[in-house]
Amino acid sequence: MIRAAWLLPALPFLAALIGGFLPRRAGSRLPAVIAVAGTGASLVLAVPLVVQAAGRGEHAETAHLIAPNAGIGVTAGTLANGLAGLLALVVCVVALLVQVYSVEYLHDDTRYPAYAAEVSLFTAAMLAVVLAADLMVLLIGWEVMGLCSYLLIGHYRDLPEAPGAALKAFLVTRVGDVGFLLGILLLGTHAGTFRISGVLAAVPAMSPAVLTTGTLLLLLGVAGKSAQFPLHTWLPDAMAGPTPISALIHAATMVAAGVYVVLRLYPAFAAAPATLAVLGGMAAITMLLGALAALGQDDVKRVLAWSTVSQLAYMLGALAVGGVGAGAFHLITHAAFKALLFLCAGVLLHETGTVLMSRLGGLRRQLPVTYVATVLGGLALIGLPPLSGGLSKDAVLDAAWAAARGRAPVGVDRWVGVLVLVSALATVVVTAAYLTRLILRAFHGEPRSDFAAHEPGGLMRWPIQLLALAAVVVGVVGLRSSWLPSWLGVPDERLTPQPGMTAVALGLAAVGVLAVGLSWRQAPADDPARFLGVRVLAALRAGLYLDTAQDRLVVRPVLRVARAVSTVDHVLVDGAVESTGPGSQWLGRLLARLEAGNVQLYLTGMAAAAVIVAATVAVVS
Amino acid sequence: MIVALLLLPLLGSALLGLLALRQSTSDAADRLGRWLPVLVAAATFGVAVALLPGISAPAGGRVVDPKHEIDVSWVASLDVRFHVGVDGVSVPLVVLTALLTLLCTVYTVRSLPAPGRAATFGALVLLLEAGLLGTFVALDLVLFFVAFEVVLAPMYFLIAVWGGSAKARHAAGKFILYTLLGSVLVLIGIATIYATAGTFDLVELSQRGGSGIARGTQVAAFLALFVGFAVKSPLWPLHTWLPDAHTEAPTVGSVLLAGVLLKMGTYGLVRVALPVLPAGARALAPALGVLAVAGIIVGSLCCLVQTDVKRLIAYSSVGHMGFVLLGIATLTPVGVNAALLGNIAHGLITGLLFFLVGGVKDRYHTADLTALGGGLAGRQPRLGALLAFGCVASLGLPGLAGFWGEAFALLAAYRPAVALSRPLFAVLLAVAAVGTAITTAYFLRLLRRLVLGPAVGAGTGAMADAHRLELVAWAPLVLLTVLIGLYPRLVLGLTEAPVRALLQVYGR
Repeated sequence: MIRAAWLLPALPFLAALIGGFLPRRAGSRLPAVIAVAGTGASLVLAVPLVVQAAGRGEHAETAHLIAPNAGIGVTAGTLANGLAGLLALVVCVVALLVQVYSVEYLHDDTRYPAYAAEVSLFTAAMLAVVLAADLMVLLIGWEVMGLCSYLLIGHYRDLPEAPGAALKAFLVTRVGDVGFLLGILLLGTHAGTFRISGVLAAVPAMSPAVLTTGTLLLLLGVAGKSAQFPLHTWLPDAMAGPTPISALIHAATMVAAGVYVVLRLYPAFAAAPATLAVLGGMAAITMLLGALAALGQDDVKRVLAWSTVSQLAYMLGALAVGGVGAGAFHLITHAAFKALLFLCAGVLLHETGTVLMSRLGGLRRQLPVTYVATVLGGLALIGLPPLSGGLSKDAVLDAAWAAARGRAPVGVDRWVGVLVLVSALATVVVTAAYLTRLILRAFHGEPRSDFAAHEPGGLMRWPIQLLALAAVVVGVVGLRSSWLPSWLGVPDERLTPQPGMTAVALGLAAVGVLAVGLSWRQAPADDPARFLGVRVLAALRAGLYLDTAQDRLVVRPVLRVARAVSTVDHVLVDGAVESTGPGSQWLGRLLARLEAGNVQLYLTGMAAAAVIVAATVAVVS
Repeated sequence: MIVALLLLPLLGSALLGLLALRQSTSDAADRLGRWLPVLVAAATFGVAVALLPGISAPAGGRVVDPKHEIDVSWVASLDVRFHVGVDGVSVPLVVLTALLTLLCTVYTVRSLPAPGRAATFGALVLLLEAGLLGTFVALDLVLFFVAFEVVLAPMYFLIAVWGGSAKARHAAGKFILYTLLGSVLVLIGIATIYATAGTFDLVELSQRGGSGIARGTQVAAFLALFVGFAVKSPLWPLHTWLPDAHTEAPTVGSVLLAGVLLKMGTYGLVRVALPVLPAGARALAPALGVLAVAGIIVGSLCCLVQTDVKRLIAYSSVGHMGFVLLGIATLTPVGVNAALLGNIAHGLITGLLFFLVGGVKDRYHTADLTALGGGLAGRQPRLGALLAFGCVASLGLPGLAGFWGEAFALLAAYRPAVALSRPLFAVLLAVAAVGTAITTAYFLRLLRRLVLGPAVGAGTGAMADAHRLELVAWAPLVLLTVLIGLYPRLVLGLTEAPVRALLQVYGR
């Protein structure tokens, strides 16, 4: 199976090709069948892959040269290990559920065939990232995902904000990818190969300067893809796309790719303590920033988007302090509960036509299944053990605590551990607050609008029920060191929760729940976060105005420079060329005046010319 | 076989010229004037493809080891020989030229620009093709120069006569004067080489690798060739003829101009300047690199504020060719391979983009973004999807052809040839990388304004989507962009070994 791992990305890619070029016929079920079959086939293949790859210390690698170039070539092939196998499985599961869910969700959409093909391509690209043995091939999947997110976020053509949001998602991540490409080129040049196994094998021989620069450059791309400060601004706007896409982007593809790449290349990062410190700082800022911004949103999908920003920072924070297993663990559990929450938000939008909390309310009676599923997903996100997110988040906190005491398995400074730990604990409070607010505002109290909402049909309900089950139980894989840690090849890392840390986290979460809960009790019709004050809430809702800052500091200056450069190019550079026409006419008239038969002038001119020629020859030779 | 490659378009052109002289206005003559070029171009393309199997790596320590070689005396008194042949460096461009000409003739069958006159148009296109192919197969410097010049006249007339707008003559005049100036410099360079080396033969000159030519002479000759080829490529700041020419040229003219004419400059650098004048190259490569990167930044910044789509694509060529020139400036096999691959990718992708924009202009009679309005994808799904594909390919999405040339050029800049300054090229590398981000920005802006969004503006009227003949002309470009993108070995497999032999003289 390991040698056939290339089939995993190939099958959804094939489904995308067939689905994309299928003649359009209204009401045809064929696009849905092809899309589901492609991803489903990959899932079937992913299972034996996990079984074979899990726990393998060594990498099973295949390679075929696709770009020979003077000794440093690019090879297509797969590199399967426990981590890749597990993530491939997660990607296939979530993508399949999203495809099934979308069949009903986009039932009336005339552009469903294109949508389904794009989702297939998205899945293929992510699986290529997960399994690629060569960094350049990984980059192909990485960027094709950016393209797919662009196409899918821009799916609703009549939505005025969709084209802008799509552009932003692609452009912001591409800006990060400039660094990513340079990082790959740097590490690849020094390793003499772009093969991941070769690069990692060359890490011990690389100079600290190369390693630090290379990994920092890679980190730029990671920040873009995994929506970390200051390149996080695209993710909240990406909510303009269809909701199932949000589930796909936030759980299994795109944003997960950034974290995954750090995991995949961890030996390189671990050998660059400065990079880990930057990563830790970035994660510490982002996790709190994301959670606070989530607290200020009115749109359920935007709450969840900001929550993703914050949760991704947990994973990267864990990686910054050496918690490889903890980071991967949280990546997997987050995929389950965040996909669940987004699919639930999709039900809200599908059944009521809105996801604005100020217009929802009291839906728990009309949508009991969605309500229970949201609460389960929410509790997992808040971090209640033994729900999946509770176990994995505690593992992250434990890793940070260990680093703060100077016991990190990598050479990272203690203060990085302290920073990540403090920020993560503060984030626990805010996370509990924004989720309590979401559940209370959307499902409890009196309905704020006159909805006749019904639970959707099976194609949307079953994925939710399955994911709810996963969100509850998937955390058990971390309970024994012979399970997740050894599948990932880090058998020494303990992922079981430490009672002390769990108690602290639970206490902090209770603070968040109670603060919002009590505030809601006082006036169930109002925003329970109103105790923060109007100005603070407005700032949080605007994501602390970082969007505005990005616009003022980057977008507008670049456009101003562009206008100036374009003017200079036209007026000066081209102006000089254009004026040679009139100029030579003028010169002609001048020369005509000189050609008046004055022999003395001729001779002077010839002498001068001879001097110039002689001087030129002397200088040049 | 190479003789057939050159004779076919020449004969076709002569035949069509005769047809045009008859000035018959009958339907049959018109149809012949449209279909005969297709036939000739198809046969030429067939010959070009048939050259491929014979290509192999240089053997026996030869620097240039051409296949299908013909070497006969031509102008004996001047020591000029009819020496032609192809190797891995030239054959990709030969095939690209033949392919693009074929697609252009197919496209013209239905979309002949005003004022019509199919036979004359076809004759000029085929003459252009003959000149281009001659440039790429010539192994004698005089023959190279002659072919290089043959290209100018037909392109001048294509722009001036079929350009359509009142400014077309001005643009055509600017094109021919500017590039003639470049040609004069190329001629000076060639004369300088002959004066010191005593031969026009490129194989022989490459084998010598500059030995026998004093360093100062090499620098002077390289400077002349450099500026001459730079005008053609175009290298900033010698590029301003390009936006004008592209804006005014008919679709087919733009496609051939961007697709292959520009490559004559970069090909000339790789074929003539680099192997023959290594000392000159070492001295001037930093200047080439700096100007190339300036072109990347200036070109892409200009694109960000363009309102005419054809002008925008023209400026994007300045940026893309900047990457090609940066690759050449590194004087390394990695960089020159990047340049040759970048040439092909740019020819395919920008050729496609000019076809598509031409299709839009044919329909709406404007290429102005504001006048066109948005929402093309909703109105003409096929045209919109193809435009989106072209833009995404042109912004260098990995997995499509455009990516590799740029990535490898950056890779090469990290380790330029030993004689060059590493810090300088490291700076160039970083600045050029920023250019890729700006490139993304302007193409996404273009898509947002033209393709996405609700349908508004002058273009809201019902217009036909891409028709079958257009799709036939465009599909091969899309297909090759994907194939080379996923398997760049298609091109690199040809260029890699000959490039390594060609650049031995820079010894690493």
